[in-house]
Amino acid sequence: MQLKHQKDFFSGLLFMATGLGFAWSASRYTVGTASHMGPGFFPLLLGALLTILGGVIVYKSLLFETEDGGRIGPWAWRPVIYVVLANLSFGVLIGGLSSIGLPPMGLVAAIGVLTVVAARAGTEFRWKEVLALALILAAGSYVTFVLLLKLQLPVWPAFAGG
Amino acid sequence: MELLSNLTLGFGVAFTPMNLLYALVGCLLGTLIGVLPGIGPIATIAMLLPATYALPPVSALIMLAGIYYGAQYGGSTTAILVNLPGESSSVVTCIDGYQMARMGRAGPALAAAGLGSFFAGCVGTLVLAAFAPVLTDLALQFGPAEYFSLMILGLIGAVVLAAGSLLKAIAMVVLGLLLGLVGTDVNSGVVRFAFDMPELTDGIGFVAIAMGVFGYGEIIANLAQPEHARQVFTSKVQGLWPTRQDFKDMTPAVLRGTTLGALLGILPGGGALLASFASYALEKKIPSKPGEVEFGKGNIRGVAAPESANNAGAQTSFIPLLTLGIPSNAVMALMVGAMMLHNVQPGPQVMTVNPELFWGLIASMWIGNLMLVVLNLPLIGMWIKLLSVPYRWLFPAIVLFCAMGVYTTNHSVFDIWLVALFGFIGYVFHKLDLEPAPLLLGFILGPMMEEYLRRALLLSRGDWSVLVTRPLSAGLLAAALVMVALVFLPAVKSRRAEAFVEE
Repeated sequence: MQLKHQKDFFSGLLFMATGLGFAWSASRYTVGTASHMGPGFFPLLLGALLTILGGVIVYKSLLFETEDGGRIGPWAWRPVIYVVLANLSFGVLIGGLSSIGLPPMGLVAAIGVLTVVAARAGTEFRWKEVLALALILAAGSYVTFVLLLKLQLPVWPAFAGG
Repeated sequence: MELLSNLTLGFGVAFTPMNLLYALVGCLLGTLIGVLPGIGPIATIAMLLPATYALPPVSALIMLAGIYYGAQYGGSTTAILVNLPGESSSVVTCIDGYQMARMGRAGPALAAAGLGSFFAGCVGTLVLAAFAPVLTDLALQFGPAEYFSLMILGLIGAVVLAAGSLLKAIAMVVLGLLLGLVGTDVNSGVVRFAFDMPELTDGIGFVAIAMGVFGYGEIIANLAQPEHARQVFTSKVQGLWPTRQDFKDMTPAVLRGTTLGALLGILPGGGALLASFASYALEKKIPSKPGEVEFGKGNIRGVAAPESANNAGAQTSFIPLLTLGIPSNAVMALMVGAMMLHNVQPGPQVMTVNPELFWGLIASMWIGNLMLVVLNLPLIGMWIKLLSVPYRWLFPAIVLFCAMGVYTTNHSVFDIWLVALFGFIGYVFHKLDLEPAPLLLGFILGPMMEEYLRRALLLSRGDWSVLVTRPLSAGLLAAALVMVALVFLPAVKSRRAEAFVEE
């Protein structure tokens, strides 16, 4: 079988899978009747609708010819990985990770690591620039969030008495 | 003269030094993000939500609204000078605006955009002030069935008027509705779809979704593309004032753009983007006078009309939000979220319970528009300098603001993981050509729709026909049906494709 539109085919599959997932888990809650809707009623309805919509999208993607075949094209893994990684390391550093015994490291460390990791996502990476940027962002965030907005944020690592 | 006394009340609220300051901050920030490509108003408003916690609700909303219409101004500046639409609503402004800049007429183009926008903003504010009470009266007659049908109409309107595949957009709405249901069901207290994660009992934070899909998703998509060679016409910005002939040409275009924009803004799903496209298409249909520059070669009407229209649309799209509590586009969906964070329940009761907030917000919009004209024309040089900031400095900062913003919303590290997840999902959406805005709308409306449907069916004892037997509800559903049917008419179908391809 030939895919006529790659993007639509996979979009449809995604919708069908999500729709089925929601509908199936909704059916495990009390569904009830229309006059007394249980917690499962509306999600079951929507899940079924999403599955049907996904099915129609898949069906059309197999049937109708398109000019470019709707190719998805190559994935930009580099930005995906580094942006997500930057975000995750920010979370780990600011909140700490009790499972490996890491205490909260505070705002400054979290911003520094986030900036360096995120900058890796780009095509150009210059240490000097990135470090300067990290410094500016850390100072700026400190002034805005801690001094001006007075948010309760750990600024320095917990063991440093911050 | 109730309108007058209402506006007086509003200006009294808006003219306090604090609120003027927040309007100014909002406008400046909005212009800034409008100028900078790669970050839109949705991500910015989401990022700034936590910063508004400490403010009174009126000031918070005034600032957030300022960001929204400030972004329209900023977007047009880059569209004209660099051929790079800062916002999607200024895509059409690129066509003639950039050509004018290439001919050394960047000044008049910018002035036409600024003055047109200001005029449209004034009219939009008046329309808002005049129509809101009328619609509010109507809204008070709405029962649950009407609200449910209205939301259907709003969601259908949002996807019909958007670009791209209708089927995929509807699927995105449904997906958004489902995501909105995650968390505790208010009626039964059952926690749904939480996978036993205690953090999900309150539902998925909409800030996390908005930042992930719009913030991170956009960054990743931007980085995946090679950097554009940007050519800035900085040296040529001189002689800001349009000639007398320019004024003659642009005045009717501004009037037409404003009218069209104000009308389209009220429609569910309307707003700035649609307004600008439609008004450019309209200007092209109107025969040119002899001696006038062709469209696409730097016609001032091609700048003035869409810019007026998008600003008028931006103003009037507040009408459904403030009167019915129904957001008509993704930015308005965020405003609903902002109101709820400040314990203001959006809907017809806002005007009666909270008149200071209601009229203060409206008055501040007019002030904001004035500020934008006064500030932006002289500040253009500064905004242009910002454009030369390379993206490789910009995007780590955006990543940081998103992470900070979502963390400070609830002080929850779990939300940071959610942003990462939705960032990846946002990129998947981008790769699959799935428009994320309908998802956000659905997400906001999901729990409300369920509640209204439940109440409507409870009152009718499970009889679904209540949705079509009550005249108002039937009318709203019929309107939704007509909208869908229109899309499938061959004439409209090809027009719609044409309107969104023009570039």
